[in-house]
Amino acid sequence: MELLIASAVGFLAAAGIYLVMRQRTFPVIIGVSLLSYSVNVFLFASGRLVINQPPLLSDSATGYTDPLPQALVLTAIVISFGMTAVVVMMALGAFLSSKNDHIDMTPEDGRDSPPEPKSRPDAPALHEREAEEGPEEGADPTAPGAVPSPEGAR
Amino acid sequence: MHWITLPIILPAMLGAVTVLALRHHLLLQRVFSTAGTVAVLAITLGLLWQANSGEITVYRLGNWDAPFGIVLVLDRLSALMLTLTAVLALGVQLYAIGSGWDGRGWHFHALFQFQLMGIYGAFLTGDAFNLFVFFEILLIASYGMMIHGGGRRRIRAGVQYVVYNLLGSTLFLFALGTIYAVTGTLNMADLAERVAQLPAEDTSLLRVGAALMLLVFAIKGAVLPLHFWLPETYAKAPAPVAALFAIMTKVGAYAILRVYTLVFGPEVEITADIAGTWLMPAALVTLAAGMIGILGADRLGRMAAFASIGSMGTLMIAIAPFTPEATAAALYYMIHSVLGSALLFLVVDLVRERRGADEDLVTRARPIAHLGLISALFFAAAITMAGMPPLSGFIGKILVMDAVRGEAAWPWIWAVILVTSLIAIVGFGRAGTTVFWKTDDTPREDELDTARTIEAPIGLPATVCFGFLGAIALVTVLSGPLTAYLQGTADQLYAPELYITAVDPQPAVVYDPASGTGKGGDH
Repeated sequence: MELLIASAVGFLAAAGIYLVMRQRTFPVIIGVSLLSYSVNVFLFASGRLVINQPPLLSDSATGYTDPLPQALVLTAIVISFGMTAVVVMMALGAFLSSKNDHIDMTPEDGRDSPPEPKSRPDAPALHEREAEEGPEEGADPTAPGAVPSPEGAR
Repeated sequence: MHWITLPIILPAMLGAVTVLALRHHLLLQRVFSTAGTVAVLAITLGLLWQANSGEITVYRLGNWDAPFGIVLVLDRLSALMLTLTAVLALGVQLYAIGSGWDGRGWHFHALFQFQLMGIYGAFLTGDAFNLFVFFEILLIASYGMMIHGGGRRRIRAGVQYVVYNLLGSTLFLFALGTIYAVTGTLNMADLAERVAQLPAEDTSLLRVGAALMLLVFAIKGAVLPLHFWLPETYAKAPAPVAALFAIMTKVGAYAILRVYTLVFGPEVEITADIAGTWLMPAALVTLAAGMIGILGADRLGRMAAFASIGSMGTLMIAIAPFTPEATAAALYYMIHSVLGSALLFLVVDLVRERRGADEDLVTRARPIAHLGLISALFFAAAITMAGMPPLSGFIGKILVMDAVRGEAAWPWIWAVILVTSLIAIVGFGRAGTTVFWKTDDTPREDELDTARTIEAPIGLPATVCFGFLGAIALVTVLSGPLTAYLQGTADQLYAPELYITAVDPQPAVVYDPASGTGKGGDH
């Protein structure tokens, strides 16, 4: 069992690192997920591998497994889940706005947006516009649809 | 007695209320969020006064005893970092409101409060896993802040930033798992006791854990060669956010100081060679790369980012010897670096707001509005960051150079600090003269209205910049009393037994990982 767990952690981490180095958003996100799975198994094993023992006090127990790593893993799973959701949304936004899914940034002309002919500050701010039209689903800065607004795209 | 929890709870509540109830009211968001930031500033000043006596305050969450429950610990270093963050936060927030940055996207104030919650928590917590959790809170808020306002290049830089930090978080978990597997605890005071008692033959795993921790904190602190996330992120982030991020690299420096004085302190033989050996060369390379980056940057934003890398290098040089004198110099430089970086990012934004399509490129362009005022501010910020007299960068650098005289390699360290200062001066001078003096009034063919100068709000943003400048001047003028105070802070750091007895008054229970039971106690 030690061999199984150790090799699982190793293979997951190796695959994750390989995918992260692919430098395109989809493999990178999968790679980061694999890495977080491997670290979850690793954390679980850090309290030693114990089979068929309860983590909490009970009268019939003959021994115990360490409950703390289980709590740590639970926290780590929740955090990595949230982080993956965030990075997927941001990667989508980046892909939809630049039609390019490379993680590394190519030396472009360096401008965020084409030069605008009209002066900027007269345009209503995002908040005011949204208040007039009423709330709409997904009008969040992380959502891809809200990204290329002319006020913010500087 | 519960005041110590408020810097975490108050921003958390405010952030949640802002999202739930004030989503569509920018004015109310501004009022509540500013009120909250001011309240936390007042609380942190109170905590600073409380910690000044040298007493270490411990708050046990849920009243669980130390190794089992999570503790918040307030010592002089924590109180100092809290106050510094609160001062920075207030300035940044007023700038964001004054320049209208907070209205260019959604949820600026909510994310701002969550970010502050994470930073305050990271400075207060006495538990290594809890430190990880607060790192994640401040990071996830910073992901949202980083892409605030949107824009193609900003979001692409944001993806890079997120991926890099996700890898850093994974590494942090591996480090924590390794350390837990060896010691059976993650409470920092408890860790310190158990690491000191570990038998010498059973330490290879612990050394791996200590080295991994150092790597993680070096990523956060943007120490070379782990700095790649910083320049593009800081250059592309909205200016107030970049200014707030000035404290984020210092969270890494704080964590190094905390962990490598308390847990893997200089007197712990098995791990003594890890931080001390590797940090100094890395710090020197960081300083050199940062200052050369100032000279090479083609944009003011990137230049400010590299200036902040360079100042992290100087800070790490002062941390690396791990002596009380050097640490006191490091703390002084840290205060200077936070204020100076923030000022530089905000001044760069004042320029960028007025240059339209030229953005912050270091090129010849039309003269901007308020040229005299902004160029004076830029001059002051450049003097601060380059470490020229009369401002605090100069005193900070002298203190750092004085503190490393005991090192064997001190001539090299002095040479790097002095030469890179010269490079930074040339870099700032080149950028400043190009942007402010080599202006070009001839109309261009692609512009219809040739007489246009872009107006942007100047009142509150410039006031905030002068506020930061005033704070820097104050740090300079009061450097005598301040260094005396910081020396006391450093002395407290290098007496870890005070921290340990404050958190965990009972004698240690030695944990035996092989059997999973404690000897001499009912673990």
